[in-house]
Amino acid sequence: MSAVDRPAQGPAPVHAIRERFGFLRRSYAMLVKEFIQLKRDRVSFAMIVMLPVMQLMLFGYAINTTPHHLPSAVLLQEDSDLARSILKALENTAYFRFLYEVHDVDDFDNLLKSGKVLFGVEIPRGFERAVRRGDKPALLVAADATDPVAASAAMGSLGTIVQTALKHDLYIGDPPEMPFEIRAHARYNPAASSSLNIVPGLVGTILTMTMLIFTALSVTREVERGTMESLLSMPIKPVEVMFGKIVPYVLVGFLQAFLIIGIGVGLFGVPVLGNLFLLALLSTLFITTNLSIGYTISTVVQNQLQAMQMSMMFFLPSILLSGFMFPFAGMPAWAQYVGECLPLTHYLRIVRAIMLKGATMQNLRFDTLALVALMLVAMTIAVTRFRRTLD
Amino acid sequence: MSAGNGIAIDVKGLSKSFGGREVVHDLSMQVRRGSIYGFLGPNGSGKTTTIRILCGLLTPDSGEGTCLGYDILKDAEKIKRQVGYMTQRFSLYQDLSVRENLEFVARLYGLADAQGAARDMIKRLGLSGREEQLAGELSGGWKQRLALGACTLPNPQLLLLDEPTAGVDPKARRDFWNEIHALAAEGLTVLVSTHYMDEAERCHEIAYIAYGHLLAHGTVEEVIAKSALTTYTVTGEDLNGLTSELSGKPGVDMVAPFGTSLHVSGRDVAALEASIAPWRQRSGLHWQQSSPSLEDVFIELMGRSKDNFQ
Repeated sequence: MSAVDRPAQGPAPVHAIRERFGFLRRSYAMLVKEFIQLKRDRVSFAMIVMLPVMQLMLFGYAINTTPHHLPSAVLLQEDSDLARSILKALENTAYFRFLYEVHDVDDFDNLLKSGKVLFGVEIPRGFERAVRRGDKPALLVAADATDPVAASAAMGSLGTIVQTALKHDLYIGDPPEMPFEIRAHARYNPAASSSLNIVPGLVGTILTMTMLIFTALSVTREVERGTMESLLSMPIKPVEVMFGKIVPYVLVGFLQAFLIIGIGVGLFGVPVLGNLFLLALLSTLFITTNLSIGYTISTVVQNQLQAMQMSMMFFLPSILLSGFMFPFAGMPAWAQYVGECLPLTHYLRIVRAIMLKGATMQNLRFDTLALVALMLVAMTIAVTRFRRTLD
Repeated sequence: MSAGNGIAIDVKGLSKSFGGREVVHDLSMQVRRGSIYGFLGPNGSGKTTTIRILCGLLTPDSGEGTCLGYDILKDAEKIKRQVGYMTQRFSLYQDLSVRENLEFVARLYGLADAQGAARDMIKRLGLSGREEQLAGELSGGWKQRLALGACTLPNPQLLLLDEPTAGVDPKARRDFWNEIHALAAEGLTVLVSTHYMDEAERCHEIAYIAYGHLLAHGTVEEVIAKSALTTYTVTGEDLNGLTSELSGKPGVDMVAPFGTSLHVSGRDVAALEASIAPWRQRSGLHWQQSSPSLEDVFIELMGRSKDNFQ
């Protein structure tokens, strides 16, 4: 370096330039800058914490396939002890709340049709006698199909509830078999999913959304604010810009994952059966993969609006085709191929397997490798797409 | 250091088009080391594009040359280390403080003591006490000083300043130019684009570029001499009327009011004098032949180049 003396302006010592570890130092310069900017942007900073907490609270409680206090009606065509104990047992479960007790079929139908109740139980005439005779009479259950998930879960639990109630009334010991038949009138057959399945899924979904958007905006923001011109005129390489922009958000993502899993365990009682360290490690990998994809988006688009739109374009299939919303195995083959290209698909398998099944690295090799591959592909595209000039 | 031939910038035949429109056309220029080279021309004339080509931000469609001895086509990375580029629009981070911006630049260039370098620069810029202020909150003049400070922080050999004083008050402008002269005295080469004539006159050499063509270059005196422009300064009454009467007459290339006087210029002396003869004897008007100002020369050049391109 040519040392230029500056006698005219007084103290302006020439600072030496170090050539070693240039890659690390320049990435570090970028990283420090990004951290400061993130710290200054108080709204974004608050969102880092608020977003996962609010979403988890909303979705965790809202997407609940276990119904509570379903408005229900009963059509009583006989007033027997057995009928009364069945109703009592149903009400005790807190699944059902019997709002109406009718004796006429038309009234019963109207209640369901008007939506005043979502659920109806019909106890036919001569029910008790038929049970005692061992005739296996039918207990008619009608569910409103417009709220399928709630009704189906309630219906599934019906048999057990009724059977338990009958134990005390009819028999001394366990009844040898169901003394009557439950005839369910529902027009579909929804997939059974439990709330345990949803919280781990939400970890992946929330991380996908937040991580994608953070980095999708990072390069376009520099372009729109005009700072890119100055950045490009300085000796920094595309890969250094990328690392500098991704690393701060890995920490942010890690904080979010910690929050979501913490709330999942603390509030929703989701177990973590597997190794917590493995979960953290693979979550970090998933976070980095999403950040790379967001960064890639950022190098392709022209402005922040496009960046948001493209993020959404990636986010929607992630939700719909990853197995978060619909069972992966139920999708047609082409949709499964698309799903395999989405990091969320693999992370859902990983996070569900570790939390709920106690899976080890051995079980998750394929999905881990898939995440690594997706990350490398995204990073390669980003580094090659990053424009070194303003051409 | 590299290329001890005393030439900092040496480019030939640079051309650059955007979407079929040629912004820079066959531009060649040489800038001596340690000199302040002024780059003048109307808006959209290709000044910014040329500067961006020189610092590797744009690739020319054709042409070649060296910047600080490095090939502008192949050694962009090496050029970036030795060149400080100050963009037309403030391009430091508005949400970073003065100190943080300078430290960022120092780290990017690999200065061993980034914090020390930033501290020294804050002192030199006279920004002590404002180091924690966000760059976006500084006034226009201070922003320019900070941007210049950020460019000079890594001890570049060449400064490329793109309209550094646009929108800055006269006092800040003068301080800015004093600083540029001080830097040049230390051996830095400075290429500066500007619209201001007084700034052009503070340059060692100037070049006039319009519609992508380099129309004139040299020292201020040379450019004026080469223009071969004859100028008459007219003072007196009803100069507005005179302006419209003289405009468009053969030989009268330019009529421009300067305060209470009127500059009437033309390249063809004989035609000019023939055209103005009827007004020279008019009472109340005082005619005097004078040497054209730099502005006269530029406005005339600009008018001429427009003719060529329309």
